[in-house]
Amino acid sequence: MTRVRPVSIAAVAALAALVGVLAYGLARQHGARSLDQALQEGRRPAPPALRLPRLGAAGERALGDWRGHVVVVNFWASWCTPCREETPLLARWQRRLAGRGGTVVGVDVLDVDSDALGFARKFGVAYPLLRDRDGSAARRFGVIGYPETVVLDRRGRVAAVARGPVDDGFRRRQIEPLLQERA
Amino acid sequence: MKRRLMLVALVLAAWSPAVADACPRTTVADLEDEVMCPVCGTSLGLAREAPLAQRERALIARLVDRCQSKRQIKAALVAQFGPAALALPPDRGFDGSAYVMPLAGGLAALAAAVLLLGRWRRRAPGDEPPSPPRIGDADRRRLEAELDRLR
Repeated sequence: MTRVRPVSIAAVAALAALVGVLAYGLARQHGARSLDQALQEGRRPAPPALRLPRLGAAGERALGDWRGHVVVVNFWASWCTPCREETPLLARWQRRLAGRGGTVVGVDVLDVDSDALGFARKFGVAYPLLRDRDGSAARRFGVIGYPETVVLDRRGRVAAVARGPVDDGFRRRQIEPLLQERA
Repeated sequence: MKRRLMLVALVLAAWSPAVADACPRTTVADLEDEVMCPVCGTSLGLAREAPLAQRERALIARLVDRCQSKRQIKAALVAQFGPAALALPPDRGFDGSAYVMPLAGGLAALAAAVLLLGRWRRRAPGDEPPSPPRIGDADRRRLEAELDRLR
């Protein structure tokens, strides 16, 4: 019988470890787009966990705090040019949603606090704002550009995703039907 | 009263140059290669046009104007953007492998070299490759005769 040399075993183990590390790194980077995949298959997946500090205020909020509401989670940044056009629309949506069991929640990503607060004041943002300082929460939702929006139904499941700015057509098609659903 | 005023003036005169020397304590250019533009994936120095890089540069400039040191500004950037704001990866979690892997690779290469060297030195005389067969006197004479014939 052929004797396996210790050097060969060590080399194979080292190679396996290297491949494992690379695979884990790749999986960590690209796993989050599974939300889109699930939606394409007609499923409503559970969202990744999200608990973040409030922007410009003390304390934290989690997505579970709005359970029973239709939640429009908008990932934005003050340095993002398309966000300047989208934010006034979201501010209007908030006025429409607030009385119907819905809310917009803004997640400010990779931003300077003072710039973000100035931006929110400028555009009259009245919906809750959270702060994702290092973009880790956004990555878990598969966000790779700004703005992007994820809509949760009243049971807290992901019901729609917009990879780019939203418009009123998105609200009519994706959000209005969810407001009719019961928790 | 006059003496007190003179004393205050003297103290201020002595203190002002010290402050002038100490502030600013760093520059934007000095920090640009040591911090990252978090969305660009490059150091801030390489990210000239990215909107976030410009905001980050403006933030650093404001902190420089407030006489903050390089260390304080880096801490402020980490508070804003997380540890990824630093050009060097954090030494914890998965990112810590950036420090461990080169060391582990070096150690593995060293161990392999030591193993191979040991095996080479321990090689038994019987393992030596066979030397080419010697030519006898008769064969040599015959070879030379053949070569003479060809010349």
